[in-house]
Amino acid sequence: MRKLSLAVLICLFVSGAAFAADDAIKIGFYNCLTGQNAFGGQLELEGVQLAMEEFPEALGKKIELVVVDNKSDKVEAANAVTRLIERDKVSAIIGTYASGLAIAGGEVAEVGRVPVVATSATNPLVTQGKKYTFRACFIDPLQGAGAAAYAYKELGFKKAATLVDVASDYGVGLANFFKQSFIALGGEIVSEVRYQSGDQDFTAQLTEIISKQPDIVLLPAYFAEGAIVLKQAKELGAAFRFMGGDAMDNPEMATLGGDAIEGFLFTGFAYAPDMPNMNAVAKKFTENWYKKYPGKDPNANAALGYDAYLLIINAIKRAGSAEPEKIRDALEQTKDLLTVTGTTTFDADHNPQKDLGILGIRNGKKEFIGTIVP
Amino acid sequence: MNLNLFMQHFINALGLGSLYGLIAIGYTMVYGILRLINFAHGDIFMLGAYFVFFATIQYKLPWALGLAIAVVGATLCGLLVDRIAYRPLRDAPRISALISAIGVSFFIENISIVIFSGMPRPVVQPPSLMQAFSLGGVRLVPLALMVPAISFVLVAALLWMVYRTKPGLAMRSISYDIETTRLMGVSVDRIIALTFAIGSALAAVAGIMWALRYPRVEPLMGIMPGFKAFIAAVFGGIGSIPGAMLGGLSLGFVEIMSVAFFPNLSGFKDAFAFILLIAILLIKPTGLMGEKLEDKI
Repeated sequence: MRKLSLAVLICLFVSGAAFAADDAIKIGFYNCLTGQNAFGGQLELEGVQLAMEEFPEALGKKIELVVVDNKSDKVEAANAVTRLIERDKVSAIIGTYASGLAIAGGEVAEVGRVPVVATSATNPLVTQGKKYTFRACFIDPLQGAGAAAYAYKELGFKKAATLVDVASDYGVGLANFFKQSFIALGGEIVSEVRYQSGDQDFTAQLTEIISKQPDIVLLPAYFAEGAIVLKQAKELGAAFRFMGGDAMDNPEMATLGGDAIEGFLFTGFAYAPDMPNMNAVAKKFTENWYKKYPGKDPNANAALGYDAYLLIINAIKRAGSAEPEKIRDALEQTKDLLTVTGTTTFDADHNPQKDLGILGIRNGKKEFIGTIVP
Repeated sequence: MNLNLFMQHFINALGLGSLYGLIAIGYTMVYGILRLINFAHGDIFMLGAYFVFFATIQYKLPWALGLAIAVVGATLCGLLVDRIAYRPLRDAPRISALISAIGVSFFIENISIVIFSGMPRPVVQPPSLMQAFSLGGVRLVPLALMVPAISFVLVAALLWMVYRTKPGLAMRSISYDIETTRLMGVSVDRIIALTFAIGSALAAVAGIMWALRYPRVEPLMGIMPGFKAFIAAVFGGIGSIPGAMLGGLSLGFVEIMSVAFFPNLSGFKDAFAFILLIAILLIKPTGLMGEKLEDKI
């Protein structure tokens, strides 16, 4: 009896797989749907789903999205990509939030020869020297330089400190780029303190930074952690301002950080739902977003998820094929494709050039201050 | 480092350490009686935090009621874990109970992700606990003092219970010899259940205070604190209640002070903490207060 049911089960699986293969083009999606970075990953998924509603087909076939959670964990990220390639046999992959995870997943895709478009993984190493990895976002040297220039030139801050997660590729990279630029401009780094992913108590590090009296502290953290840092800093009476990167851009910021986030600044993508002079794609994205998710604000992550999907669909159409190798070649040729966060053309390292925005929190609300060219 | 700065670090360490200590007590009590490392303890801690979150923030109940619901809820969960996962294995080899404990821990974590969703959720702190004031140059919020104060009161009450009451006597007796205690007419299962109940209630209190101090709840929030508290319990001498508290405080102090004195190496604070703990355990393998068998439970 047991053997019989097993056989039936196997038949079901096999026929199911064969059926899907004829009928649809499979795109894999791996991202942080639970854990530390779930806030960002979830928004990216919603962005992709929105794009899928608008462009449900390519080459006359339906697009099927295979969603896998990487639990905000590097090992899980590699496993997720393996699963997408080997079991689901996807044509292309979208993902993920967090550079460390994208690096881990990208390695697997490289071996499996399936193109990946990273959503918001901004560390240069994500695509450097990779044949199959692309990204929808800008990279951290731009962000670091932009943050340093804004802090030093616009705000006149001369003394900076950094508070960095040693286990985060994104955080360590961004802090280094900021530091180089800030020192080159003539500023001084008065304190460099570190913590480890998963830490929840930052009082020791913050007390140390407070004693060094910087004007501004760079916090290249992911937003769920960053909000807690801001809260504890307020509790300890910190007088300096904080500045973060794109990973701090999230609509839940105010709920998690409360009034401690007032005055917080961050660099990010040149997209905010209330920004002036939006391009046509951004306008359409924003309108459709509010229709699909009423009462919920989109952010850059949602936009990048949407953009990553657009990039892949565009490549599939140009390739005229759902073969991973052909999609990869077409992706590489992407030229002047208008997406929510700007026009996309890939350089030799598969990075697009996009505008850098400066955003801040005023009266508990996210405010788009402007774009900056460092 | 001036005195004010040191005092600020001291207060920070006291808050963190007493929370570790409070969680560590749950490990140490169960181990003292059953020689079982209850890996689900960190998850009971998480459930306590979630219960208070749902009661006070989701359903807007008053704080006092929310606290009571959280403590009672977590205690019931602790009892349930014992009843379902440990009691049937009471006479099985110890390794089976340990595997069961790990299984329960994974089960609670994953079912929580399904029920509560994997998203971290913000905890709104009562403003009265967050009114900052200055005490001789040290900046404080009432919560920072409340956490160690409540922890110490609870430990004192627990010590009184274990050393001055009948059930406490029974607990200590079970830790020596479970069979003989049963022959003396003690309802062993009931006393063990009581141990789980007390341990879980303390974990819930720690979970609530943790959620207030680091205002966020998520299904996996119990793993790291649970892990560290377990180490604190071993360090303090597993089986000893004052040892667990002392171990927790030591871990908190080493973590905070290593950052305070070596800010450049702050990324390695856990490495520092654990190297020191290993060194002390090498010198004194039974932990700070683990003395032969006398102090078990």
